[in-house]
Amino acid sequence: MMGSGVDDTWVVIPVYNEEKVIGDVVADVRTAFAQVVCVDDGSTDRSADLAASAGARVVRHPVNLGQGAALQTGFEYALADPSMEFVVTFDADGQHQIADAVGMVEQLRAGGADVVFGSRFLDERSNPTFAKKMVLRAAVGYTNLTTSTKLTDAHNGLRAIRRPVVERLEITQNGMAHASELVAQVGALKVRYAEHPVHILYTDYSKAKGQSLWNSINILADLILR
Amino acid sequence: MKIVLIQLLLIVVVIVIAARLLRGRGARPQAVRRLGLLLFAAFAVWSILFPSVWNRIAKLVGVGRGTDMVLYALVVAFLSFTLTTYVRFRDFEARYTKLARRQALTEAARPHDVPDTREPPKEPYAGS
Repeated sequence: MMGSGVDDTWVVIPVYNEEKVIGDVVADVRTAFAQVVCVDDGSTDRSADLAASAGARVVRHPVNLGQGAALQTGFEYALADPSMEFVVTFDADGQHQIADAVGMVEQLRAGGADVVFGSRFLDERSNPTFAKKMVLRAAVGYTNLTTSTKLTDAHNGLRAIRRPVVERLEITQNGMAHASELVAQVGALKVRYAEHPVHILYTDYSKAKGQSLWNSINILADLILR
Repeated sequence: MKIVLIQLLLIVVVIVIAARLLRGRGARPQAVRRLGLLLFAAFAVWSILFPSVWNRIAKLVGVGRGTDMVLYALVVAFLSFTLTTYVRFRDFEARYTKLARRQALTEAARPHDVPDTREPPKEPYAGS
């Protein structure tokens, strides 16, 4: 499952206070990808140490900056490796499935796309609550309207990106609006993008930590005022 | 709906301030802002010495009293200040993010550690 045998993929995991699950998540990712970098966004718990023990490289932000900032830091870390060809963005809370990430990188390898966005709405595996589904649909509608992209899931943390695109991305939205900003930049770059069905596992843990609906209002405000 | 001149003026001012402040970077917008501030300060002093000028301005633009005019001017000034502050805040955030990121990346081990192949200096540094 290690691809072509050359370590050309880096998995970037933004982490903020996930000590309960990060060790397992990293171990799980490493069954398929050898190179994992956890960007510790100023956690106050033991996330960074646990991630390192599980085999990830760790980059520590000196202060909490936000998930968007952590992602950009992860991109720059991966870019420093000249043999990096693909970057996977992966959530730290155990919502994502490694099999989906593997499939998305394979899709990049096969050619035909430069960015693969995960979408939980392409199949029936994921089960968001009704309220969450409505908010996500609104986000998709807004994103499709304001960027030159057409997606079914505009707020999915699971993505696979080819190096030339990573080089040209610059996430400036530190907070939750980074997801839409990334989509907008991909649209503006006019690179080929595709979607891949992913299964989002809504465990009790991840539901408790998940993005609250109030955040959606903040995201919209950030986007409009950017 | 009968539009009074003051409403038109206020709307125009708000839009101009918003547009200017959201785009103003570099020497010229800054100089314009500073000049504006100077003129404003001069006018403020004048109007303190001759407060009836507010009444005249008010009558000119269709506002009832001088005090109401002062109030409207204050609202505009406050909005302008809020906008400036927001833009400056966003600027600060971008800068300290870059700083924090550079710090974090420098501290972390590089993905593939490259052996240091620089030659050591041939001679001890002659600091005479």
